[in-house]
Amino acid sequence: MTFWLLLTVNSITFGGLLFLLSAGFSLIFGLMRIPNLTHGSMFMVGAYLGTSLLGGTSGFTLNFWVAALIAAVEVAILGALMERLLLRRLAGQQLAQVLVTLGVSFMAADLCLMGWGGDPISVATPPHLAGFVRVDGAAFPLYRMAVILIAVVFAVALWLMLERTRLGAMIRAGVDDPQMARVVGIRVSQLFTIVFALGAGLAGFAGIISGPILSVYPGLDQDMLPLALVVVILGGTGSLLGSFVGSIIVGFIYNFGQALLPELAYFVLFLPMVLVLVLRPQGLFGGQIL
Amino acid sequence: MTALAVNDLCKSFGGLRVTTNVNLGVAAGERRLIIGPNGAGKTTLFNLITGEITPDSGSVALFGRDITRTPSRKRSHLGMARTYQIITLFTQDTIERNVTLALLGLSPLRWNPLLALDRQRHLLEQARAALKRVGLDHIAARPLAQTSYGERRRVEIAMALAQNPKLLLLDEPFAGLSIDERQDVRKLLATIPRDVTIVMIEHDMDTALDLVDRITLLHFGEVIVEGTRAEVVADPRTREVYLGE
Amino acid sequence: MNSPAASPVTNPATSELTGGGAVRRVAIAVAVLALVAVPYAIEQVYYVNIASQILLYAVFALGLNVLVGYAGLVSLGHAGLFGVAAYVVAYLLAAGHGHALAILAGLAAGLVATAGFAALALRATGISFIMITLALGEIIWGLAYRWISITGGDNGISVSTRPMPFGLSLDAPRAFYDATLIVFLLAVGAVAIFVRSPFGAALCGTRDQPRRMNALGYHVLMIRFWAFMFSGLLTSVAGILFVYYTEFISPQALALTASAEGLLMVISGGAGTLLGPVVGAALVVIVKNVVSAYITRWNFMLGAIFVAIVVFMPEGLVPGAVRLTRSAWQSASRQKGTTRNAAASAPRPQS
Repeated sequence: MTFWLLLTVNSITFGGLLFLLSAGFSLIFGLMRIPNLTHGSMFMVGAYLGTSLLGGTSGFTLNFWVAALIAAVEVAILGALMERLLLRRLAGQQLAQVLVTLGVSFMAADLCLMGWGGDPISVATPPHLAGFVRVDGAAFPLYRMAVILIAVVFAVALWLMLERTRLGAMIRAGVDDPQMARVVGIRVSQLFTIVFALGAGLAGFAGIISGPILSVYPGLDQDMLPLALVVVILGGTGSLLGSFVGSIIVGFIYNFGQALLPELAYFVLFLPMVLVLVLRPQGLFGGQIL
Repeated sequence: MTALAVNDLCKSFGGLRVTTNVNLGVAAGERRLIIGPNGAGKTTLFNLITGEITPDSGSVALFGRDITRTPSRKRSHLGMARTYQIITLFTQDTIERNVTLALLGLSPLRWNPLLALDRQRHLLEQARAALKRVGLDHIAARPLAQTSYGERRRVEIAMALAQNPKLLLLDEPFAGLSIDERQDVRKLLATIPRDVTIVMIEHDMDTALDLVDRITLLHFGEVIVEGTRAEVVADPRTREVYLGE
Repeated sequence: MNSPAASPVTNPATSELTGGGAVRRVAIAVAVLALVAVPYAIEQVYYVNIASQILLYAVFALGLNVLVGYAGLVSLGHAGLFGVAAYVVAYLLAAGHGHALAILAGLAAGLVATAGFAALALRATGISFIMITLALGEIIWGLAYRWISITGGDNGISVSTRPMPFGLSLDAPRAFYDATLIVFLLAVGAVAIFVRSPFGAALCGTRDQPRRMNALGYHVLMIRFWAFMFSGLLTSVAGILFVYYTEFISPQALALTASAEGLLMVISGGAGTLLGPVVGAALVVIVKNVVSAYITRWNFMLGAIFVAIVVFMPEGLVPGAVRLTRSAWQSASRQKGTTRNAAASAPRPQS
């Protein structure tokens, strides 16, 4: 019983991390119509930057959350730069944009390997969250509960931002119909930069706060990107709710898969994807099927 | 014999009704003109007839055979061909290759991955013949990228004719043409034998009028008037739709 | 892609090898003889092996190009298909089965995996197609990496012998090169025949105007499916050549970088041309080996080349280089004040 409860908590935690990762991925896809293949790299770069801020090299130790926020901002800036310097040059050429994000992801992976070496770096749980919550004899790690809480807070905040703010209204207009948004005077290109930076920042933030759970290692990007892809294929693109539901589903399948069929954990993700693609492809990709 | 029978056809996009209980009966060999203001649902009606859009309700029959559920690609095999208002040709290929693709679409050869297409003499001869009908055989080898708009319109018609259709749907065949080109296309359409039934959408009534037997007036997705040329032109509802009286 | 120099009747993409004519036939014969002579000209084993690598990756790129170039569907999961065939061969050989069975099973498994990929990915086109193939390729990679009891995980599977067709040993690099060359020539021939066939023309039509093709009576989805299968067949063949060449298979061969390398070969040489992918394969394999000899940063280079090509030479390295040198030459001759040349190299019609 305790085992299942723990597994459930771990699944929700992982789903929360995936949500932080895939919400930005999905928004970028919805707005710019491209899968940002650097999204896994942004997750990993955020994690590596965070480990450096947390003291390893710089000599003084920052508070975990301060370090996480700084890492997120740094990744957001990198994302904005990439959008401004590279993707902007290829406006309207989706395939070229996708290939550029792919190329940058390889460069980022190699740069991380150069900067932080090939050994996994473990991230200590913040001391004030190192304990456990005990319910009926089962002990739940406090940190994981905190991650769930953060994911929920971010989900609500993103929802409010999209529903209630002017920026959110512009993003929604852009996702619905980029041409129309341009006609009514929204500066779509500026919006691209903002959303790209926001998505990158969220991914970077998810990267560092996943540190105490997943640790940081080369190849983390390649582990996370397909998960974000599957979330978006499941949940639909440009939809916050879709990302949320998709993340929870993938969180459960991945964690239960790992516990029950460790060798096939990655493969079981295949099943929901097949189901969705066979049964509801139009719900996910709009009118793109021929 | 009814070539095309459309019964109570309805289609909505979102909440917008674009086709409302449309009934249409076109006799074999007839030339029918469909007119109506912009947004009347003329092209949508064509798309429903060819199956590129699925109707919400109603039926379509081709020479007595119900084809409402027939995939659009199979309808061309049943003798239905169309041209498009917005020209969609294979711009990287030659004129001849465009027409060959139209012929190949109905030939079992299209699944063959081993033969050389350039050596299929009968296909090439048929393509040349179709181009001769529209007066383009002298530039058959020209890349489409180097052709004029008027020539492309005629390539569209050649592709449709090459499929040897029993029912030919022409979506604004005169659109964007000069006066001389219009006369050329009009003469070309006049030469199509009567074993081909033609349904045509056209704004240019002056050019189209003496080609057709009957006229259907669509407005907001509904058939308002149908009859002979004289009847439709004389009908007060026609004036109402066009002049807003 | 559209060269006005080519015969106007045939599709320029198809006329490269099949245009007939004595000159072309001689050119083909010379090219084949040169390829046969390669191992005699370069005696060092290292370079003969690189030549073999180029040929086997060229088969991979030819297969990927069927999809990317002629069907207009960009796959980022082809290394997964390559890997399925390679792993099945390695697994069966390690389990003690014979080469004939292993190769047939490898091809069959590669085709089954291709059918699965196609059935799922063809539900979308464009960017969504890329996403689905990427996800599928990564799932195969994850399987190779984690399903340790079958695949050996990170340690991979070693293969100790090569097949002996007609009793000839392929253990020597030169013999293996010859065998790879035969397979490569068959693959080029197959693609050349495919592209100029009615089916090939129909496939290019579905790339350019899918809706129109549907209205003309073509089954667009089925055409794409069979093109995917042909692509998967060539990819599986390449995977089997690979596992015999390295006598080893590990998840690295299936990683996203491997799919990206294949795509780089196709687009650097020029997608949708017959020999572009072959040139691209040679470029990528040579650059990769040269880079690896000096620095260990191949992935960084791969990424940088990708970005550079996409930003500066979107039409492919070979046509792009031709365009850049031509415009450089033009501006040079313009500065000399010669107007004669400008007329000769007037702007070409854009399609």
